[in-house]
Amino acid sequence: MSNLVMNADAAHGHDHGHDDHHDAGPMTVFGFWLYLMTDCILFASLFAAYAVLSNNFAGGPSGHDIFELDYVLGETALLLFSSITFGFSMLAMYKGKKNAVLAWLAITFLFGLGFIGMEVNEFHHLIAEGFGPQRSGFLSGFFTLVGTHGLHVTSGLIWMGVMMYQINKNGLSATTNTRMSCLSLFWHFLDVVWICVFTVVYLMGTL
Amino acid sequence: MFGKLSLDAIPFHEPIVMVTIAMIALGGLAVVGAITYFRKWSYLWTEWLTSVDHKKIGVMYIVVAMIMLLRGFADAIMMRSQLALASGGGEGYLPPEHYDQIFTAHGVIMIIFMAMPFFTGLMNIVVPLQIGARDVAFPFLNSLSFWLLVSGVVLINLSLGVGEFAKTGWVAYPPLSELGYSPGVGVDYYIWALQLSGLGTTLTGVNFLATVLKMRAPGMKLMDMPIFTWTCSWANVLIVASFPILTATLALLTVDRYLGFHIFTNELGGNPMMYVNLFWAWGHPEVYILILPAFGVFSEVISTFTGKALFGHKSMVYASGAISVLGFVVWLHHFFTMGSGASVNAFFGLATMLISIPTGVKLFNWLFTIYQGRLRFTAPVMWTLGFMITFSIGGMTGVLLAVPGADFVLHNSLFVIAHFHNVIIGGAVFGYIAGFAFWFPKAFGFKLNEKWGKAAFWFWISGFYVAFMPLYALGFMGMTRRLNSSTNPEWTPYLYVALAGAVLILFGIACQLIQIYVSIRDRKDNLDVTGDPWNGHTLEWSTSSPPPFYNFAHLPQNAGLDAFTAAKRNGSAYKVPGRYTAIHMPHNTATGLWMGLLLTVFGFAMIWHIWWLAGASLVGTIAVFVAHAARDDQGYMVPAEEVARIEGERLKALGLAPAAPVHGARVEQLERV
Repeated sequence: MSNLVMNADAAHGHDHGHDDHHDAGPMTVFGFWLYLMTDCILFASLFAAYAVLSNNFAGGPSGHDIFELDYVLGETALLLFSSITFGFSMLAMYKGKKNAVLAWLAITFLFGLGFIGMEVNEFHHLIAEGFGPQRSGFLSGFFTLVGTHGLHVTSGLIWMGVMMYQINKNGLSATTNTRMSCLSLFWHFLDVVWICVFTVVYLMGTL
Repeated sequence: MFGKLSLDAIPFHEPIVMVTIAMIALGGLAVVGAITYFRKWSYLWTEWLTSVDHKKIGVMYIVVAMIMLLRGFADAIMMRSQLALASGGGEGYLPPEHYDQIFTAHGVIMIIFMAMPFFTGLMNIVVPLQIGARDVAFPFLNSLSFWLLVSGVVLINLSLGVGEFAKTGWVAYPPLSELGYSPGVGVDYYIWALQLSGLGTTLTGVNFLATVLKMRAPGMKLMDMPIFTWTCSWANVLIVASFPILTATLALLTVDRYLGFHIFTNELGGNPMMYVNLFWAWGHPEVYILILPAFGVFSEVISTFTGKALFGHKSMVYASGAISVLGFVVWLHHFFTMGSGASVNAFFGLATMLISIPTGVKLFNWLFTIYQGRLRFTAPVMWTLGFMITFSIGGMTGVLLAVPGADFVLHNSLFVIAHFHNVIIGGAVFGYIAGFAFWFPKAFGFKLNEKWGKAAFWFWISGFYVAFMPLYALGFMGMTRRLNSSTNPEWTPYLYVALAGAVLILFGIACQLIQIYVSIRDRKDNLDVTGDPWNGHTLEWSTSSPPPFYNFAHLPQNAGLDAFTAAKRNGSAYKVPGRYTAIHMPHNTATGLWMGLLLTVFGFAMIWHIWWLAGASLVGTIAVFVAHAARDDQGYMVPAEEVARIEGERLKALGLAPAAPVHGARVEQLERV
């Protein structure tokens, strides 16, 4: 039976006025997870576009000609290690060790920066050799997909910088912990996307 | 310094455009002057523009939708009059390059800037109330979504006076929309207006999904959510799943146009057909995003005004789900003629026809709800009945178009135009107008004038038939869409009739404007004191009209299906609570407004290739957001005394004895007087 206005004492006897207190933290993380799913579909669209364009060389180079697997493996390693170190940062956060959180975040940041640096270097080399995105449909798809991932990682780095500043200034609070959880999801998500990039673009491209 | 922007961008030589701009400028000045004269700026700023209250954001969405309805309809009646004048060899008054912009703008505005904000506005006002919540999951994000929509609105309207709009049709297919064939800024306006508002829509989808999944009143099960909330939720699932495809597609077109990529170009390995696929992989779900909430409105209206529970609530939920899923596997029916082969066309044709099954389930549910009910013929009911007939016709022509063989004959003809206006006007728009009349008293505390509402209905529905039935015939006679003149004398009478239909719809819109004016003027005669003007079923009617900013003094407990009807039956609907507690609410914030403003500047700068300004406004946007995050605003507590005061006023209005003491343990049980 529906009883819209419940006995106030029974309903709220135990709290202190927060009768609407939905836990804000978990809800934010859930909302962010939903957002990540939309990001996932964005990447799915770009993967689909790349798949359609991946053989349209237009007389230009193929993936076999331009990809250096060893180099990309190094790049991949940097990103994968950054996920591990972010995990350590989260573990430190759960233990409330502020300095450890900051240290691991800094290491993660450096790994991420290294990844972006290597990617920019790769792009620079390709463009310098005349294999820029304007060269062919395949290269357009490649630069768009890999570049979008790179932009995401860059956004993650900016976010990480802001987080380090906030944690350093305000310490670990419920808010910073929620934001760290979101950033953690984001960072690992980008790792997963990169594994797909590595497989679909680089491995399958050089087969 | 100013990129491609110069004084040449303003079309001084186009009298129609310049007069329109002058009218808009004068209207804008009048509004600004009036606000200044009545000293309403600070009220507007604190109570509306910076508000994070879902009800106020909802109202603002609908205001934007109505303004854009006028703009989009102005485009429509220009097209109809041009075609009537320019049939049988005449030239009319709109040259092709202007006419092409008008039909593009009409499509974009009506879908993205009229229908979407109208649905979003209704959802904003109603959904949190229906699930017994105090706001959405992320109130600030909600405000940001709204201002992103406004960014798009500002950009598309700027294109009227500064530069040009796309001449590509609202789908903007490449290679036509590529730089080589559309070198002007029109397509760039299109890209950035859609990109910004689309981002807002994605955030809205995320926000409202989190809201219904996490913010339902304690004890409310998913299946107990009212049907409007359910259909909105399915629409949000579609938003979250499809709008990122639009974002990606527009981004791909952007890099083609701005950086010389070859993704959709016709040369060097680009593939224009991929754009068509990606566009409709978003575009088809998009039309279900528009129609599903309208289905929800009709369900609420019919069940309320028959005084019965909705027939087959569960089947309605599942039918909406089936439509949502099927809506994702039919996109190819928009281009059967592209050459995907018989098997692929057959699959998509059959999938399209399948959608008529869950839609039919809904229609029969509405009919069975009416059966043996006592239907009150209010304006919302008339819109609903008009919808049931009109939409059935539109659905059947849709099934006809789903036959690939028939589509080869009718593709790109006026038959298609007639079909989708049949389902969008006769479905979505009728639904939104019905919802507007249905929930207007909830949002404002007084009812809309019935007489003018019914007049609007009769003009709209007769105008619709007079305007669009000839287009079905013209489609069969071979007239294609997007013509700005024609030489076939056989078409002329039909085009005249279609223009007359558009004029009838114009009268309908005029009646709606008069209705709003008369209703505000006579509001004292139509006050909704109880908060329950229609004898409603669901939780939004259990609170006052308009609801207090916190919606519910106490969150409803264990609300089941049609919870308010159940409460009215068991006598707990108007029970005076023993005491009030403090309520946690979010602060208003201008961050969303500033971000929207900066992103408008960013879009404008990108359109005109003013790179320094684009960079500065993007950095500014991020900075504003980071500053907002750094404040870490945790909201505030509304004191129990304040809640008691507000609730006391309502109880007095209800004639329910004095307000209950603030901290007493007493629980009174009063029947409605």
